[in-house]
Amino acid sequence: MEIYGYRVPAAAALIVWVVIWEIVGRFDLLLMFPPFTEVLASLPDVIGTPSFAEAARITVVSYLAGLALAIVVGIGIGLLMGLVKRADQILNMWVNIFLSAPLSALVPVIMILFGMGSPTVVATVFMFAVWIIALDTRAGVLHASPSLLEMGRAFGASRGQRLKLILLSALPEILAGIRLGVIRGVKGVVIGQLLVSIIGVGALFSLYSQNFLMAHFWALILILFAFALSLAELINRLEARVEYYAGSRS
Amino acid sequence: MASTTQTNAAEGPVAGLTSRWASAAADTPAIWKILSLALIFGAWEIAGRTNFNYAFPGFLETMAALWEMIADGSMGAAYLRTAEPLVLGLVISLAIGVSSGVAMGLRRDVEWLTLPIFITMQAAPMAALIPLVTFVYGIGLASKVLAVVMLSLPVIAINSYKAVRNVPSSLVDMSRSFMGSRRQQVFGIILPAASPMMFAGIRLGVAEGFSGAVLAELLITPTGIGDLITYNRSIAKFAHMYAAIFSIVALAVITVSLLHRLEVTLFRPEKRGV
Amino acid sequence: MNVTHLSESRAHSAPAAGDAARDAIIEVEGIHKIYGGSVTALENINLDFHRGALTSLLGPSGCGKTTLLKILAGLLQPTSGEVRVNGTPVTGPGPERAFVFQDFALMPWATVLRNAAYGLELRGVSLREREERARHYIDEVGLSGFEDKYPHELSGGMRQRVGLARALAVDADVLLMDEPFSAVDEQTRRKFQEDLIRLREIEKKTFLLVTHSIEEAVYLSDRIVLLSPRPGRVAQIVTPEIDRSGDPDAIRRTPEYLDLIDEIWAGLRTYVE
Repeated sequence: MEIYGYRVPAAAALIVWVVIWEIVGRFDLLLMFPPFTEVLASLPDVIGTPSFAEAARITVVSYLAGLALAIVVGIGIGLLMGLVKRADQILNMWVNIFLSAPLSALVPVIMILFGMGSPTVVATVFMFAVWIIALDTRAGVLHASPSLLEMGRAFGASRGQRLKLILLSALPEILAGIRLGVIRGVKGVVIGQLLVSIIGVGALFSLYSQNFLMAHFWALILILFAFALSLAELINRLEARVEYYAGSRS
Repeated sequence: MASTTQTNAAEGPVAGLTSRWASAAADTPAIWKILSLALIFGAWEIAGRTNFNYAFPGFLETMAALWEMIADGSMGAAYLRTAEPLVLGLVISLAIGVSSGVAMGLRRDVEWLTLPIFITMQAAPMAALIPLVTFVYGIGLASKVLAVVMLSLPVIAINSYKAVRNVPSSLVDMSRSFMGSRRQQVFGIILPAASPMMFAGIRLGVAEGFSGAVLAELLITPTGIGDLITYNRSIAKFAHMYAAIFSIVALAVITVSLLHRLEVTLFRPEKRGV
Repeated sequence: MNVTHLSESRAHSAPAAGDAARDAIIEVEGIHKIYGGSVTALENINLDFHRGALTSLLGPSGCGKTTLLKILAGLLQPTSGEVRVNGTPVTGPGPERAFVFQDFALMPWATVLRNAAYGLELRGVSLREREERARHYIDEVGLSGFEDKYPHELSGGMRQRVGLARALAVDADVLLMDEPFSAVDEQTRRKFQEDLIRLREIEKKTFLLVTHSIEEAVYLSDRIVLLSPRPGRVAQIVTPEIDRSGDPDAIRRTPEYLDLIDEIWAGLRTYVE
């Protein structure tokens, strides 16, 4: 957007919203929003506690574990679906079902099977992230240009070399899938902990709401949002570096 | 005036995902779908029979429990309760999401101010706000409706925005060249051209809405289907709990695929070529 | 072969083809177009377009020919300079100009008939009258029988005929055509070009055609404006002397046609590479 010929960066809009938030908070216009400055002031308070350190540890560890699992399994399923038609015909429907299903409903099952601890959170992250990675990998493999594969065969590439060729040419789609998986995984790590509610940020949220600590509540949400958005941004950057590759392919 | 038409050079890879999802499911023949269902449900039944976990009933046991709950009316009653926040929330999301998405697509200033909010909402774990909403608005219907709105609104708004932005600039130019007024451009060209992608966004929004409704009923207070899940777990009637979960997942998937089918029949002529 | 010897005063220049043809319907004066404050797309364009003539804007990609056409249409604003149509300065699209789009720009949800009548619909012409007029022009471009089809049921060439019928239906003085045949396969393109020559005999209109095809420009045009790229300037103006009254296919074998293609290519090849 431009005002009098100057480009106003998109992030500036967020500042406008923060100011509105502050005003809403100061005048108690909406019950949900304490003044933004108050939220900021309680940030150190939230971060300083040992329970936060514990929550952060659980969140990061189970997130990374779940995501790593989802990436490995997701790419594996996607490759299988892309390369073997039979596997695709059997799995395709299920992958699509899980993509649009309300996965939160499955968390109680996970809780029964994996207990009320971080394994449940790991499993939830995995469940949220894996399907989109599988589907995008499949699309990438199916997308790999036939002439490229014929080239590989014509030049006598071995099975392993051809698989590498396919994987590399599917890389843009795989990365796109991982980016979406990263975002879905963050939702999974939060939903998992909220439902388990006795560990990590879930426990913190219960603590704050029992003690009516609104500003603390928001501070924790801000941290979570910042975590999610910086992850998404990080992957965006990574993806931009692979972009040239997708552009030159077509 | 020229603001919406000049920027279309930057058409990004936005349309790719939804259309790819759409095409994936359609080309598998029915026999394979049935086979696939049988295979997975069979695996579930076998896993249940191995008794590896006391709380893991097999497929048949779960279906029996499902039938029992449908027959005694408890399932129907639960869905009547669940439908309330779901439908209300979706209607609100639809109204706000489509109108703000279209406004963002048409006006640069609205886009500048509002788009970052929706992008944040879509990338961030909005579920974290549910405890806060409960904290402020209590455990009643209002909180549950808000939960549904918070999850389904962003995807609807952003897809409506992208849909408007993806309208071919030559179509808008065409309307302008025949001296169409801004009104004629918007209602005669932009909205009809954007509607297939908008509808796809609404479909994704409905899927998110189901998620929101379930989360609300699990997190805020157990009512409706959430109550069936929580209550049956607490009295260790696991087959009934699984049946309740099975039913909500199935209902969501069926609703979404019906919407998808509707989408294809409504917009099919345009999907081919042009 | 250099470029300079080919100018309007050369042997090809039109003899006194009647004063009516010399009458300028569009005057372009000192047009500059700068994108984003730095990229100069067009630099100091001064041109006249003659009433009733078919003029081609020819040049390699990046020479700003489409930009110029869109400025004439009023779809783009020039950075400086002025365009006058019938003596009136252009500030936006007008009823005396109709545009034919490279990608056809048909509404996929509307039938051929409704697409062809769209220009009239926007002007508030009653349903009966606009459909009657649209039918007339659909017939004229050779699409009768397809009125109730949708664009996706037509081939590329047929879609562009709908675009042409739509432009003709509003009865504008000038038809602005932006690479109308570039998205159409070669055989269809030839047929289309032949039809366009025939159509010109029925519809006494002024045509402006943007193209990157030398053959197409020579085959169709009374006058060819060659643009050079980066920044877009008028490099030269050529006036083909080709008799188009006979067999349309025979034109492609006349020495005038073939020689002129070679000459233009010799002038343009310096810009390609």
